[in-house]
Amino acid sequence: MIDTPKVDWLALSPVLALLGASGIALLAAVLVPTWLRKTVSAVAVFAGFVVAAVFAGIVFDETPQPEVLLSESMIRDQLGAVAQLILGITGAVVVFAAWSERRRGHDAEYYALLAAAGAGMMFFVQAENLMTLFLGLEWFSLCLYILVAIDTDRATSLEAGLKYVIVGGFGSAVLLFGSALVFGATGELGFSQIAEAAAGDEAFLVAGLAMIIAGLAFKVSAAPFHMWTPDVYQGAPTSVTAFMSAATKTAALVVTLRVLVTAFPDESEIWTIAVAVIACVSLAWGNLAALAQQDVKRILAFSSVSHAGFMLIAVAAASERGTEALLYYLVPYSAMSVGAFAIVAARERELAAPLTLEGLAGLGWERPFYGAALWVFMLGMAGFPLTGGFFGKLFIFSAAYEAGDWWLVLVGVAATALSLAYYLNIVRWLYMRSGAELRLAPAGGSPSRELALGVAVTAAVVVTIGSFFAAQPILDLASDAASSLPF
Amino acid sequence: MLVTALILLPVVAALIIALLPLPREMSAGLAFLAALMEVGLWIVTATRFDFDESGLQLGTTEEWVESLGISYSVGFYGFSLWLAGVTVIVSAAAIGYALWVGRDRPRAYHALMLFLTGAVVATFAAQDLLLFYVSFEAMLIPLYVLVGVWGGARRIAATLTFVVYTMAGSLLMLASVVAFGVTQGTFSLLESGTSDNVWIFLGFAVAFAVKAPLFPFHGWLPLAYREAPPEVAAVLSAIVSKTAVYGFLVIVLPKFPEPVDDFTGVTLVLAGAGLVYGSLLAFRAPDLRGIVAYSSLAQMGLITLGLFALNDLGLDGAVLLSVAHALISASMFLLVGMLERRCGSGDLEVLGGMARGRPVLATVLLVAGMVALAVPGSVTFAGEFLIMAGVYEEGWGYAAIVALGIVLAAMYVLRLISAVLHVRPGTAVRDEALDLRLGELALVLPLVACLIALSAWPALVSQSSFPGDRPARVISEGFK
Repeated sequence: MIDTPKVDWLALSPVLALLGASGIALLAAVLVPTWLRKTVSAVAVFAGFVVAAVFAGIVFDETPQPEVLLSESMIRDQLGAVAQLILGITGAVVVFAAWSERRRGHDAEYYALLAAAGAGMMFFVQAENLMTLFLGLEWFSLCLYILVAIDTDRATSLEAGLKYVIVGGFGSAVLLFGSALVFGATGELGFSQIAEAAAGDEAFLVAGLAMIIAGLAFKVSAAPFHMWTPDVYQGAPTSVTAFMSAATKTAALVVTLRVLVTAFPDESEIWTIAVAVIACVSLAWGNLAALAQQDVKRILAFSSVSHAGFMLIAVAAASERGTEALLYYLVPYSAMSVGAFAIVAARERELAAPLTLEGLAGLGWERPFYGAALWVFMLGMAGFPLTGGFFGKLFIFSAAYEAGDWWLVLVGVAATALSLAYYLNIVRWLYMRSGAELRLAPAGGSPSRELALGVAVTAAVVVTIGSFFAAQPILDLASDAASSLPF
Repeated sequence: MLVTALILLPVVAALIIALLPLPREMSAGLAFLAALMEVGLWIVTATRFDFDESGLQLGTTEEWVESLGISYSVGFYGFSLWLAGVTVIVSAAAIGYALWVGRDRPRAYHALMLFLTGAVVATFAAQDLLLFYVSFEAMLIPLYVLVGVWGGARRIAATLTFVVYTMAGSLLMLASVVAFGVTQGTFSLLESGTSDNVWIFLGFAVAFAVKAPLFPFHGWLPLAYREAPPEVAAVLSAIVSKTAVYGFLVIVLPKFPEPVDDFTGVTLVLAGAGLVYGSLLAFRAPDLRGIVAYSSLAQMGLITLGLFALNDLGLDGAVLLSVAHALISASMFLLVGMLERRCGSGDLEVLGGMARGRPVLATVLLVAGMVALAVPGSVTFAGEFLIMAGVYEEGWGYAAIVALGIVLAAMYVLRLISAVLHVRPGTAVRDEALDLRLGELALVLPLVACLIALSAWPALVSQSSFPGDRPARVISEGFK
């Protein structure tokens, strides 16, 4: 008799819910008549994300202590559950933001891939061994490669997809090679086993660690591994960009933290410095490059690089406080970037052209709601009070200061000052330039009322502002989650 | 709860005005009504305030972010009550002025003005370092748009310099806030102790010096005060600048006794330099706005001299002069706005001779000017005299500088008055330029009346600003 491993279905339920939704959407692509296809698949995928988030909440509630599952390949803990919660809610909002996008066919496939990517990310954040980690990474990356290129009638979308495949493939290869080196040095794949066996060959282990960090940094889009980010964010369908900027970052950062803390505790002196350096480079590069951009999606892409830098400061703190700060930061950040890209998408459709700064002229007065919402998102990304972005930065700074990295606080402050220039520049175009300066004519007539997009933007605004006033409840969740890591 | 209501009333009113699709006049009227209600609410608060009691009053504390020791903690001391008082009065006058001139896009405009009022009141009430920072920064959000959208021709440049300067200061302060709060384990100003870290001190001091502004951090001042709409300039120079005074009083002076001691000399010299330099610039300024703007710089230098004298006389004088300057500079900016509307320009060259046939304008401008130049018997004279007596203890040279400042003030105010009211009629002064209308008078007169009342009884403010009327001791004991 072969003993089958005991399967903890609850721990897998978020992933399974999304896989189920993805399957339904794929079937819909074939079985449902064309006019109903988009509705059925969107509803299924929305439900999938919501159910996954609910299951993640149940897992969070019922997992006071981390448990290792499935031959020590996965872990069920509160850190993973919180990450899945953020991913699930982000995905659900993105479904709304994507609803108004018009594409020639492929609607059902689009939603199916979205759900599959979400499932991959949820699997990824539960990884407890280098093989499942790689599996999860490839799983959601493959879905994203196709999603980026799904608008086959747009050359830029195809170009972005190709770039993403090549650079992403390279990143995955680096990660895989690093994993192999670590396996060679320790003879183990599981994170905690690696930590125990780490007395092996130092040079191999450190080289492997460096390559794992680099491979994950590709997904986090931290500089100098961010080269794909602006092109892909610009070329991809805007809803996909929104999903990538929020969800990919969430998954990759949580996993980065988990791998470093659980598998390499003895090397923490090495990787905290490495991560801190990457954080500083990202902050400098992201902010400086954003200053020079005209295309709004590229500005937001570079801003996402700088946000990766901020969140890596929290990782570099390597403490419970840092983990709390990271998880907190992800909440308003995800909301702000999904919301901002949703508004960009709406304006793009109105102008029927890529959105440059000039295209924002007068938006604040013509569309008061979108204008005010984009204003809120920009202030939040710049870290102004009354938005969660402020507390995110504050928590990260205090984690860094407590960890003794006061110089990272100063770098963060300087980066924030730089970033104001382009965030406030967007506000300036929104309100202080009249629509008459706009050289583009709107595509035709008044834009359709995009109710679904309005819902997505409203949700993002509520989370952005709500996370400021209700910082403590979110921080409570984050601190429970932080206690599942061995500090 | 009263203090919380005082903060929330304008903010809620702002939200209602922004969201309700009312016609133009209705939104503006509603905003003015809300501003008047805020004044009423402040009067209620003042009657509940017990001036004999020591310590914080009308305080409320709610946990906010427990794990970091951040709380929503508000309350008033005597001086913060007075500063909040001038805030609500000045913003009511400013909102009334905007209603009178019929600002474009009134829903957005008035919502932002009311939000700004709430943020300033919150700053004056904050007893938690983080809450203070939050409200201090929140002021910038509406100001950026108010200057940038409704300002003059060079408004974009004005907002840019303003934001760059203030944010550079505030972000340094954020680093200091984090460092101070984390080391102390709490952000509460009531519970935290003192620190002798010079860098943390400098972060706060520079932020406040930019906001005030103090020489040499005033680079943003001329453009912002010239390009902002007059009522926004009034709010900026009258009350936003006073948040820096409040910051010095509750954070810098009590929390950093040793660094303050080390830096007293430098600060006094810079403040004195600012006083003289600002006064000279005001004397040489070619336009009305320039005179009022640079005189603000001078007066803030004077207030800082009083603060850093760190004795009873100086501190009392600083608070009294802060209150007085808020009322004066608000009435001056509003009057300047009214003049600019009549003549289409604020250049002194093209103004003049306006006293003839415009008795009300002449009287109001003359009275406000007399108070501004600190004529003996006025509230400004009382404040400046206290400050002069206070800094005399630090050295007679400082007192001499204050005296010089008072003389220079007389020079630039008289130059303004004569250039507008007297000399030969300017080219921009047409016969159609009317005397002050009843609506305009109703806005300026209350401010001037407050000034005259305070001139009659300056002790109302100066003796009730600090618990037990022992400012220096209260500050050295950290308000405990």
